[in-house]
Amino acid sequence: MQNEFAPFLTLTGISKRYGGVRALDGVTFACGRGSIHAVLGENGAGKSTLIKIVSGVVQPDEGLMRLDGREVAFPNPAAANRAGVVCVFQELSLMPDLTVADNILAADPPRRFGLIDGRAQRRRAEELLASIGCADVDPRLRVRDLPLSRRQMVEIAKALAKKPRLLILDEATSALTAADVERVYAMLRRLKADGVAILYISHRMHEIDALADTLSVFRNGRHIETFAKGARSPDRIVELMIGREITAQYPPKPLPKESVGPPRLDVRDLSWGERLKGLSFSVGAGEIVGLGGLDGQGQKEVLLALFGVLKGVGGTVTVDGRPHRPGSPAEAKDGGLALIPEDRKTEGLMLPMSIADNLVAASLKPLSKGLVIDRAKERAAVADAVRRLRIKIGSAEDAVSTLSGGNQQKVVIAKWLMTGPGLILLNDPTRGIDVGTKQEIYRLLRDLADGGAAILFYSTDYDELIGCCDRVSVMYDGRIVRELEGDAITEQAIVASALNMNTEMTHHG
Amino acid sequence: MADAALSTAPRAARGGSLALRLRQNAGLLGAIGLFVLFYGVYNLYHPRGFSQQVLIQNANEVFTIALVAMAQTVPVILGGLDLSVGAVMTLVNCLASHLVTGSAGEIALGILACLAAGTAFGFLNGCVVVFGRIQPIIATLATGAIAIGLALFLRPKPGGKLDADLSWAMTNSLGDFAETYGLFDGGQAPWFQPIAGIPVPLVLLVLVAVCVWMPFRRTLTGRTVYAVGSAEGAAFMSGLPIARAKLAAFTLAGFFAGVGGLFLAIQTSTGNADIPQAGAYTLNSIAAVVIGGTSLLGGTGGAVASVVGALVLRAISFNFRIFDIPPLMQPLVEGLVLLAAVSLGALRALRTRNRLELFR
Repeated sequence: MQNEFAPFLTLTGISKRYGGVRALDGVTFACGRGSIHAVLGENGAGKSTLIKIVSGVVQPDEGLMRLDGREVAFPNPAAANRAGVVCVFQELSLMPDLTVADNILAADPPRRFGLIDGRAQRRRAEELLASIGCADVDPRLRVRDLPLSRRQMVEIAKALAKKPRLLILDEATSALTAADVERVYAMLRRLKADGVAILYISHRMHEIDALADTLSVFRNGRHIETFAKGARSPDRIVELMIGREITAQYPPKPLPKESVGPPRLDVRDLSWGERLKGLSFSVGAGEIVGLGGLDGQGQKEVLLALFGVLKGVGGTVTVDGRPHRPGSPAEAKDGGLALIPEDRKTEGLMLPMSIADNLVAASLKPLSKGLVIDRAKERAAVADAVRRLRIKIGSAEDAVSTLSGGNQQKVVIAKWLMTGPGLILLNDPTRGIDVGTKQEIYRLLRDLADGGAAILFYSTDYDELIGCCDRVSVMYDGRIVRELEGDAITEQAIVASALNMNTEMTHHG
Repeated sequence: MADAALSTAPRAARGGSLALRLRQNAGLLGAIGLFVLFYGVYNLYHPRGFSQQVLIQNANEVFTIALVAMAQTVPVILGGLDLSVGAVMTLVNCLASHLVTGSAGEIALGILACLAAGTAFGFLNGCVVVFGRIQPIIATLATGAIAIGLALFLRPKPGGKLDADLSWAMTNSLGDFAETYGLFDGGQAPWFQPIAGIPVPLVLLVLVAVCVWMPFRRTLTGRTVYAVGSAEGAAFMSGLPIARAKLAAFTLAGFFAGVGGLFLAIQTSTGNADIPQAGAYTLNSIAAVVIGGTSLLGGTGGAVASVVGALVLRAISFNFRIFDIPPLMQPLVEGLVLLAAVSLGALRALRTRNRLELFR
């Protein structure tokens, strides 16, 4: 018996504990067909646990789940998939050594006589990729060889291949380029028109504004409120999420100062293969300079080149007036640089190791006496870092993987601050972390700059660049196409130069 | 909708299918190059180089290690190591020295029993790994010792007897095989002549690869083996049958090792529970897998590549006979050549321009 208006998915009294922590506490929640339903909340609010339960990754301790009116329980993701519940995970579910086509149709490839039909599989993968505007991805390539933004699109194609009736997207657009985001929006609207129920988790308010018709707010493992889009003001929504009133989202910027002496970082004609085509810019002490533009225009390569990761870098770089040519991250670190990497799980943290071990990983030399690490000094340094960044931990000996995303990122940042860097490079440091932690990070960056550090900050979130940076260099195709300063840093200006549309003419007339 | 978008795909920019496949199999190509080099030099300096006798002799010398290398490959793709392959090969070798004799029916049953024993032992390995949740390297270290123990029980001293006709037929050319069993007019049929000179072990090797490995690779289970080695968490999230894949991988390893052991018995006409030999086969199988371009981290490579790796290994030692390297020097030289061969795979470190790529 199908009722058009009955919700497709209903949860009643769902609870889940991890150890002593209640991740979900008696959640009752519903989601309808043909709806894009946004789920909002800080990290630790229970969103991740909610979708893990719905998609069969974990099982609830108590409560009922109904799908299409029937009671269901999913022992594993495969069972959820069979029922039409498909999740696009934030942590990618792709196998890097398999080809794109193998990945997209992993669970149920086209077969002939029990053997996988490679040609049919490739055709099907091409169709699915084309349907999300990704016809440029060759299905025979290994996923390992694709950039992160393309992998995320493959992940979405993979979800579509399972013919979802309930599609869950968990921060699925955070790694995408602006053009891809538009394609995903179009795809989601098509699915919505076809009657698919869509749960959409994102930290980006403008995405939710553009897409969702219904919003639900979670806080501390509880479902706080569900309302139609537009029924609450953005300020009110943020209040619901963090449970307190917020003042300013970004710390105030200081007035531009007259610079004295050479800038902390001076870059002339930086080049690297086809990716960097001669960039020049500088960052002064006390300054936060943003790198903007579409994803994949060479911003990451700039940071990696400065940090000694790339070989064959051309041009001249000086730090505090001295030439800077690091042959490895270790040398860059000795030169007073720090890089907060893009992917905290692989490049930022050693996940199975303890919080303490991760915090001191970059500063073992100053914490050692001869060949032996000084335990007392180490403990003091760890306690200091935890206090300074207000990292929420049980014990510093717990594995760092037990922390929430926001706290993990704080560990990465604290690790590098412990080295006392004069120049801090950040590669999209707030991706996939909650509003509260983001604000703390913005505050911290400003404090560091006021304390004399120079900060070079790449972000895919234009709001951040506008709110945090004294200057923004917008990159396009391996070059800096525009430098914005002060009030000229507007979303319009960044977007226009990111697409390399020449708006300077109209500005300077 | 999809078709319209497809037609705009920049197909020309994708490059040829062949170029892509070559790029994705660079390790294997390197191994083939090494084999051609070592085997070419060997034949050039051999007094009867490039002759049928030399080829038949070499094919016999290569078969068992090639099969044990294939056996090792499957668990390696899964991201583990199987330290029992040499022992399982030895166990089946001893079993065959008891069973593969007598009437035609008894021989056939004996062969089936040997293959079943290897397969069953592999399945047992899989069960220990999957249900015991023990890491493959330590699980197979233990079960390998068990296999050797059973082999010693079966053959406390080298000995036994295999059917002489079978030994002759399996270790010579196709023509000899046909003559032994009176097939194709005793091997004289005109159509048969072009292929009559091919060594039987080579044919068997190709048959095992084409009829067992290649179809397996194209099943959902086979793909899951690759998926688990590449990213087990992602494989789970994708709803793939992980437990089945692990069981299948070790079972297949047992089967391949069993075929190797059976052939060794047929070739030598004895069973021998030789412990150092079993260990040497296991270690050489790992070397062959690496030379073939399969990553020990799992997720890539294939059994055919490991066969090439085994060919390289054997071709190296063939050259010792030609260049009269004293036996006491051979391990040293073999080690150096092996180190150089696997170092070729490390050359990519010089090519990459992003140091971070080295850690992926």
